[in-house]
Amino acid sequence: MDVPVIFERSRPGRRGVRFDAHHDVPDVRLEDVLPSHLIRSTPLGLPEVAENDVVRHYTELSTLNYGVDTGFYPLGSCTMKYNPKINDWAASLPGFADVHPLQPDSTVQGLLKVLHALEEGLKEISGMDAVSLQPAAGAHGELTGILMIKAYLKDRGENRTTILVPDSAHGTNPATAAMAGFQVKVVPSNDRGGVDVAALRSLVDANTAGLMLTNPNTLGLFEEDIVEIADIVHQAGGLLYYDGANANAIMGRVRPGDMGFDVVHLNLHKTFSTPHGGGGPGSGPVGVKKALEPYLPYPRLMSGDDGLHWDYNRGKSIGKVRSFFGNVGVLVRAYAYLRSHGAEGLKAVSETAVLNANYLRQQLSDAYHTPYQRTVKHEFVLSLTPQKNRGARALDVAKRIIDYGFYPPTVYFPLVVEEALMVEPTETESKETLDRFVEAMQAINREIDESPELLHEAPHQTVVRRFDEATAARHPILTWTQLQQEG
Amino acid sequence: MQFPENLKYTSDHEWIGPDGRIGVTEYAQDALGDVVFVELPEVGAEVQSGDAVGVIESVKSVSDLYSPASGRVARVNDQLKEKPELINQDPYGEGWIFELEDAVPGDVMSSADYQKQVEGD
Repeated sequence: MDVPVIFERSRPGRRGVRFDAHHDVPDVRLEDVLPSHLIRSTPLGLPEVAENDVVRHYTELSTLNYGVDTGFYPLGSCTMKYNPKINDWAASLPGFADVHPLQPDSTVQGLLKVLHALEEGLKEISGMDAVSLQPAAGAHGELTGILMIKAYLKDRGENRTTILVPDSAHGTNPATAAMAGFQVKVVPSNDRGGVDVAALRSLVDANTAGLMLTNPNTLGLFEEDIVEIADIVHQAGGLLYYDGANANAIMGRVRPGDMGFDVVHLNLHKTFSTPHGGGGPGSGPVGVKKALEPYLPYPRLMSGDDGLHWDYNRGKSIGKVRSFFGNVGVLVRAYAYLRSHGAEGLKAVSETAVLNANYLRQQLSDAYHTPYQRTVKHEFVLSLTPQKNRGARALDVAKRIIDYGFYPPTVYFPLVVEEALMVEPTETESKETLDRFVEAMQAINREIDESPELLHEAPHQTVVRRFDEATAARHPILTWTQLQQEG
Repeated sequence: MQFPENLKYTSDHEWIGPDGRIGVTEYAQDALGDVVFVELPEVGAEVQSGDAVGVIESVKSVSDLYSPASGRVARVNDQLKEKPELINQDPYGEGWIFELEDAVPGDVMSSADYQKQVEGD
């Protein structure tokens, strides 16, 4: 069964709503009010459909969605955990949802108090001295952070040109450094999956502006040498940037500020409970140590005699990085999440996330190869090279998992592991769910030998089957007009 | 997997021929998966061995292309713009990527040594 696109439901002249001519509104000839070159002469090209066509079309499409509200979503590196509905309730309260960003500060004191309290909470969790809630996503937080490091070094009269990034890093790290105008140097991993400290020592020099690090890293492994790593970079005169994408593993247990990091971003849409995966909205607040506070984006939230207000008068600030004050709905959700858990609750979150990942890794280790024999944090990476040699690639296994009712894990990342399959169960899944996933993965491993074509042609149970990803990337057809001309 | 003996190889999985022609190895194309886009170096550019001179994008990843030698870019394989899949289909033939004039190879190894590296991986 293929789902038609809305254009295929179009019939000439069909309408959702028809309007009678309004006799109290005078007729206007477009030619009298607009220059002729601004008047469209070609058909509009929009689908002509009835209201129920539209409702049924999109309702049907919505039933094909798979999300954390439908089932297990172990997409490594993405922290796809269940987001309690009470946080949505809080964010939708009229005092938060029905206000305008240009309202006078005095009329939104309640909202500003929540944002201020969230800043305080994130400072405490990250071990930083000041926080800006403005960046709208993780990579946005990275860019904000690296631009602050650049401004800070420039003010000290230092023209450092290089940012160091481990070879296991998220792709956004080198991309951020390059966007900010730095050269990227790659630090190799050692055989335990961590930063090769000797290699790092030989890579730092007077040009080193900083090191970007995720801890735990993308292999789910805690950087055991973090204190030494921080010393090496600091002694060379560089700063440490903490990519908080994996904060779900350490929240309440260890703080980036105490590990020696100078700048941090946190992904509120991952760790602090906002649904994500469809492209947003996200939120990536940045925290900094005291020396970098002057460079935070403006406006900053300050308290004075009249309560809280936005302060735009920040001389050394790198400037605004987003319109208004960030994605406020996500910020309110994050605050509700913090308060509903409390300090002990947040510790339990990261402990359970780590427990679930290690349980799953252990249960899967008979059938699948784990390249690093270490206890992991919140996620782990399998190498499916043995499966590939038996006839099924990581991609085939991932596609087959869909038939068992799960969202597939991340594949082919991080790049340092061949045929990588990266699993992050999160803390919100029960042992029963994890056990069902293990059974599915074991069954799939048997299918590789018994009926490999089941994997090569998977998924079988979905509306659309295996995509031809190579042709889609080489010759993408992105619009209805293009489909009619080329499809 | 085939690693022709008349070519030299780098640890980053590029090959270079005696005529200065350069591409990626059978092992590289297999590891990359279906190649969907190739960013070629500019003809006339002076490159040093080890420089990132282009980009290979596959359905799995985006990887830098490193020059195995120093020299001047004499020719690039324009066919790859329309048919990047040539890298998968014929990595040592029609899937060549660029050609250097007066090529001075950097850190390269023989077919036998490269095979050992790949099998050790």
